[in-house]
Amino acid sequence: MDASYLITLFVIVPLGGAFLIPTLGRLIPGLHRFLSSGLMLFLMVLAILLAFQRPEMQTYRIGGWEAVNNIPIAIYLVLDGLSLFLLLIINILGFLSSFYAISYIKRYTNPHLFYTLMCLMIAGMNGVVLAGDLFNLYVFLEISVISSYALVAYGVERSELEASFKYQVLGGLASILILLGISLIYWRTKTLNMADVALILKDSVPDIFLRFVQLLLIVGFSIKAALIPFHAWLPDAHSSAPSPISAMLSGVLIKAAGLYVIVRFLFNMFPLNEEIALLITVIGALSMIIGVILAIGQWDLKRLLAYHSISQMGYVVIGIGMGMLLLAREGNPLIAALAIGGGLYHMINHAVFKGLLFLNAGAIEYATGTRDLNLMGGLARRMPWTLGTSFSASMAISGLPPFNGFFSKLIIIIAAVQGGFYFLAVLAVAGSVITLASFMKFQRYAFFNDPGANPEAKEVPFPMLFSMISLAIMCLVLSLLIIPGIRETFLTPAVESLTQTIEYAIKIMAI
Amino acid sequence: MTVYTLCFLLFLVGLYGVLTSRNLIKIVISLTIMEFSVFLLLALMGYIQGGDAPILPLPSPDNQIIVDPLPQAMVLTAIVIALATNAMILTIAIRLYKKYGTFDIREIRDLKG
Amino acid sequence: MQGLSIIVKKVAQIMSALIFIYGAYIITHGHLTPGGGFAGGALVAGAFMLLILSFGARFLALKREKEGSSFIESLAVLLVLCLATGGLFVGSLTFFHNYLPLGQAGHLVSAGLIPLYNIFIGIEVAAALLSIFLVLIIYKEEISL
Repeated sequence: MDASYLITLFVIVPLGGAFLIPTLGRLIPGLHRFLSSGLMLFLMVLAILLAFQRPEMQTYRIGGWEAVNNIPIAIYLVLDGLSLFLLLIINILGFLSSFYAISYIKRYTNPHLFYTLMCLMIAGMNGVVLAGDLFNLYVFLEISVISSYALVAYGVERSELEASFKYQVLGGLASILILLGISLIYWRTKTLNMADVALILKDSVPDIFLRFVQLLLIVGFSIKAALIPFHAWLPDAHSSAPSPISAMLSGVLIKAAGLYVIVRFLFNMFPLNEEIALLITVIGALSMIIGVILAIGQWDLKRLLAYHSISQMGYVVIGIGMGMLLLAREGNPLIAALAIGGGLYHMINHAVFKGLLFLNAGAIEYATGTRDLNLMGGLARRMPWTLGTSFSASMAISGLPPFNGFFSKLIIIIAAVQGGFYFLAVLAVAGSVITLASFMKFQRYAFFNDPGANPEAKEVPFPMLFSMISLAIMCLVLSLLIIPGIRETFLTPAVESLTQTIEYAIKIMAI
Repeated sequence: MTVYTLCFLLFLVGLYGVLTSRNLIKIVISLTIMEFSVFLLLALMGYIQGGDAPILPLPSPDNQIIVDPLPQAMVLTAIVIALATNAMILTIAIRLYKKYGTFDIREIRDLKG
Repeated sequence: MQGLSIIVKKVAQIMSALIFIYGAYIITHGHLTPGGGFAGGALVAGAFMLLILSFGARFLALKREKEGSSFIESLAVLLVLCLATGGLFVGSLTFFHNYLPLGQAGHLVSAGLIPLYNIFIGIEVAAALLSIFLVLIIYKEEISL
């Protein structure tokens, strides 16, 4: 185990940083901003370097306890293609949000707490993505989610406290359902390691007990991922939080703590099942359409963006659901790989352009002091950089070439047509058109409407500009991910770790 | 079998409380009852017939069966997580009382639509 | 906030000393008897809370206590992380490895690093629970001033 200790750094470094900030921050003023940004920069560079090396699946046993009689007894940290893909998203967006927050948080009261909670949230999400057994996944999930409860209520106004309370009740309900599901799995299989559970459940016939457990886990994690009909907390929580936190929540938390775990459980742990795949596809289709329809009538900018998050997550779930259906029916595995690849590609695209849109909304709020689209106007002349970045993000989310949203939506629609799901393809195109209408409204009302509306607005300071421009450049650069050479490095290991369903367990138990 | 049915009944009591309570604090207490029912189920799952407490040295040397200690460790960790969740949600609840002046959730409806 | 009557104060002094010692016993014998860091830490926090409730405190004294308890909590977690990361450099080079010498089973000074982890986690849990309690009391004092 020579260089595989790098996996543990993803959990140790933010956890240590989160507790260094209160202790050292009292002695050295001003340290907290640079410490958190510096740690996130280190993690981002580490993730990018690991991704370029394209390692085989690595397993790290904490404490060095080897397996006894082929029963794994240690806590496992597992790094495979899908985990690396998500680590890239989490750490890149974490660094850019921390850097943005250097000048944004000056308007709030207690900066020490903010950076501590943000580092804890990132440590929790890294832990969820790297966990190799069920109970540690639950513990890291709770660490990240409890930190996000506190961050949503950060500036203690009326609406933020109400949004945080609603989020906490629904999130607590989801956590209880998840713990119940995990304990029922332990009851059946007497083990907590995900690879061991996969090998024990491999040939079993799906009886009522396993269907119930799968349903509990899907409902619990769908509440965390805010899919229809479990989305009630998302518009309030994501619109009331401070903007870098909205970008982290909407861009990363609903993927790492919600969608990643659903995908990991249903592909690599439970045997593939056609009815569950149909359920997932229906949930995705409903999210896609109902999200855009609910978003059209919104006049609050961040609420509009939050409803669009639901709809774009629907696209990702449709891609994954179609792949699961084709694999369960013993259909064409190439079309299944195309659908899953499209879904995962849309996941990273959504993180980038939705993060950029929320940071833009924060910049507009910083300059004009309002979130209501009716009260804004004429910002095109006074905030040119914000106009450019928000224009590229709006084009990306609506799916216009040459931005990255176009390519990922195109792959999902082609996979739907080739797999025979014509109705889903029509729904996807319709959703895309309605998204374009919503963002044309945003652009017009915020930037071009009434030139005399906000006379004192001026361009935002440098840290906020740096994050927004980096994300806008990434919107264009990520379009290159479909070129075969680059795709082999990032996207294909992630897709393969899902389509070769039982290989995950066999590779872990063999090491 | 009756023990597990009673745990599930406790879960349903807590769920009924979360869905129909109007007071903020009653919602929090019902959520706590639901969590505790899952902990009970988890701790009872480890029981093996005729087992003793899992402590070394064994209490009586002629009984080599001990109950499963792993669910007990899981429940300890889960209790600490539930403590953190409760502390968080109660702090938000008392701040909400100060801002809105009431504990009734029908009055706390600033965010709509 | 106001303290309570003199009988309560005297009994609380005696009881909190006993509770503190009992909590310290549960923490340090964590590798021999059930209990360990979490349960013992909750007991030690209970001892402090009993003293604060029965004697009362002025507002500024409560604020200073909260700052101190917050600092000790972060320091204790950092020490646990440092001990765990020390396993990366010593012995079999894995995270969280137990690298101090193991003694004989059943003795108080044995089982390597586990008693040290118990002590630091006990301090951390006690400080965390005390911080939560103090934050709620300080908020109540603030809104009723």
